[in-house]
Amino acid sequence: MTSVADIKADAENTRRWGWWYVAELRLREMRGYVSYVVTSSFANPLMYLLALGIGLANLIPEGIDGVPFLVFVAPALLMSTILTVGAEEGMYPVLSGFKWHKIFFAIHSTPITPGQIVGGFLVHLTIRFTFTAGVFFGFLILFGAVPFASGWVMIPISILGAFSILTPLGAFAARLEDDTGQFALIQRLVVMPMFLFSGTFFPLSRVPDWLEWVGWASPLWHATQLGRTVSYGATEPIWLSVTHLAVLVGYALIGGHFMHRAFATRLTR
Amino acid sequence: MSTPVIRAENIVKKYDDFVAVDGISFDVARGESFGLLGPNGAGKSTTMKMIAAVSTRTSGNLEVLGMDPNTDGPAIRSQLGVVPQEDNLDQELRVRENLITYGRFFGMSHAAVAKRADELLEFAQLTDRAKSKVEPLSGGMKRRLTIARSLMNDPQMLLLDEPTTGLDPQARHILWDRLFRLKEQGTTLVLTTHYMDEAEQLSDRIVVVDKGAIMAEGSPAQLIRQYSSKEVLEVRYGSDKNESVSKSIADVGERQEILPDRILIYSDNGERDLAEITKRGHHPTTSLVRRSSLEDVFLRLTGRSLVE
Amino acid sequence: MTVTVRASAAVAPKRRFGGMSGGNARAVIERGFRATMSNNYLVVLSGFFEPVLYLLSMGIGLGGIIGAIDVGGASIPYGAYIAPALLAVSAMNGAIYDSTWNVFFKLNFGKLYQTMLLTSLGPLDVAIGEITLALLRGGVYAVGFLIVMQIMGLVLSPLAIVAIPAVILIAAGFASIGMAFTSYMKTFQQMDWLPMVMLPMFLFSATFFPITVYPAAVQIMVQCFPLWHGVELIRMLTTGVVSSMLWVHIGYFVVMLGVGVVVVSRRLRALFLR
Repeated sequence: MTSVADIKADAENTRRWGWWYVAELRLREMRGYVSYVVTSSFANPLMYLLALGIGLANLIPEGIDGVPFLVFVAPALLMSTILTVGAEEGMYPVLSGFKWHKIFFAIHSTPITPGQIVGGFLVHLTIRFTFTAGVFFGFLILFGAVPFASGWVMIPISILGAFSILTPLGAFAARLEDDTGQFALIQRLVVMPMFLFSGTFFPLSRVPDWLEWVGWASPLWHATQLGRTVSYGATEPIWLSVTHLAVLVGYALIGGHFMHRAFATRLTR
Repeated sequence: MSTPVIRAENIVKKYDDFVAVDGISFDVARGESFGLLGPNGAGKSTTMKMIAAVSTRTSGNLEVLGMDPNTDGPAIRSQLGVVPQEDNLDQELRVRENLITYGRFFGMSHAAVAKRADELLEFAQLTDRAKSKVEPLSGGMKRRLTIARSLMNDPQMLLLDEPTTGLDPQARHILWDRLFRLKEQGTTLVLTTHYMDEAEQLSDRIVVVDKGAIMAEGSPAQLIRQYSSKEVLEVRYGSDKNESVSKSIADVGERQEILPDRILIYSDNGERDLAEITKRGHHPTTSLVRRSSLEDVFLRLTGRSLVE
Repeated sequence: MTVTVRASAAVAPKRRFGGMSGGNARAVIERGFRATMSNNYLVVLSGFFEPVLYLLSMGIGLGGIIGAIDVGGASIPYGAYIAPALLAVSAMNGAIYDSTWNVFFKLNFGKLYQTMLLTSLGPLDVAIGEITLALLRGGVYAVGFLIVMQIMGLVLSPLAIVAIPAVILIAAGFASIGMAFTSYMKTFQQMDWLPMVMLPMFLFSATFFPITVYPAAVQIMVQCFPLWHGVELIRMLTTGVVSSMLWVHIGYFVVMLGVGVVVVSRRLRALFLR
């Protein structure tokens, strides 16, 4: 017969490490598509850098912002790649966990809490993003696109950026009963414009004034600008850098709060 | 005797190396209600798909309504109603729209499909859900909608693959009632099931299928008479004792099946045998006397039980 | 109990194409319209905005920096240079999505095609119906995009009107090959590799910059991509800078469509009648 003390000791383990058990499960689930994740992590930066950093750069010999076009666009490519993956991970995988393969309900029938499920979900993605961003960064170095030694800070910035878009979407997806096209709409009307009007390929000042707010609202612009500062020392007032950081942290924390709440509500109703 | 609506001779279906159907033969007469009974994976659904001309057979002869499904798929299907194992309703459309579009697939006119859809909503007791989405319907309602859909083209023959699997008892009875009415009207029914009560309720004639081959054929009553006894006595002694007890009562009844959880004793008088066992000092933890069913027929034929 | 018996409601179809067709692709198209109207017209509408947003961003933002580009001796504003490319890309993306993911999903998960094939429809009806729907949608997008181009002053030649059938030809070529590809796919994981083929085509096919920036060997490779022919074809029509290469581009897609149709019709059984 198991004693009450034993039961409590087991529960203590779960209370401490539950988030990691969830992350471990998600890592195992990756087995089916890990080769795709790895290959695309190498192929995407290579293709983007060859096409946009080298090919398109030919048309802009004078560069932008006082640096060659490759150096200017490199942080944007890294950020947009990681943030796009972040947006994807915040949509289908979340809804699927509730609706199709219902794995969140299965996990919740063990002692693991909704908070630990969200935590484990995010920990797993941190590992994945670190890998993808790390490989991307390696290519940037290889192409000579990062003049400053502080360039590596782009990796944590990109992960913060990914969470700043992932958690609000995750909160939304966790409340969704069914996808009748909402995700496609978000992809086309939120993620895509963000990618196109966030000073990715050209400075935000080039965007018509009435569209500049898209950049200000977009985590991608804030992440990219921070990236440019650490990567080639793009000059901007310190208050602006602080704003970038604050916006990203704000999105991630508020989104995380609502995502947690949405998970807790759906798992216990 | 008119020509059979289905004539299958030695039909085989292979998926790469896996043999799903291994040379089965049977005929189905017009107006007959015909059941394929067998466990999951016996090859029933594959057989149904070949009849419905949505799966190409590997070898053998198959005639449905006098045509070959391999070359006359559309023409055969125009006379069939098919109720697949899983409800594959169109989630993007509303309840009534599901019937409308399905009828249009048969080339029926807009006026004809509208009229027919309303009739069938009535038949399926779904009139008040006509404008509802499909998703929120209960399992029983979805099944009834699928059956209504299969009747849009007024088929000569209805193919039902596991029609009531996964439904609660009440929903099953409503469904059986609807199907029985169709049978009364002369629609040929071909159904697969792994529930013996369903096979008994709905079929005039049954073939028992296992591992892609036919084990026996006949009416439910015939099969029970031929392969089982009138009554069955079930006794339980606990999983670790059944085996040892069975040795000392081996001579009781006509025949015995020792299962992991119980002993089945086949005889013409279960109560008498129970008394005999108790007299020998073997008091079972539980006991039950019941009539023989197709489950027993299957156990006899294959040594395995039907629902595992 | 109002069900009447044996009204022989269904029209018995003749045998066509060895039992592959019920001659009723129209009903499949009708179902597509109904499904769109019933719930996802917003999604369909949003598909139109994707290339338009690209055009606004790249044309205005990058166009302001890059200025003009030399095409066959003529100087073309950057916006007018990429607009036809974006039109060809959106034709490719739409056609590939509809013939791969959409088909794969409806086949394996939505089970929609299984349902259709329980009726007197044949696989050929389903294939033709679905492709026609995709092409109709692509055609409508193309018209909308050309109107936007016209408003932005990026249509440089009256030949642009021919870009509409050209877009449909390009989409048909991609869709037929896409469906042939899908007939060999078994799992989601295999489908995941599709972007690995699409992305390089999108990036390198003279979409955003001329291929003359590459070494000769790479240029030849790019010229083998179908998208390059699509981009060049549409660009000739909207800019009016036409050369005899026009016929090569058209020929490329006619052959592609032919090959795709032959493969798909051979694979119909494998695709639908497993």
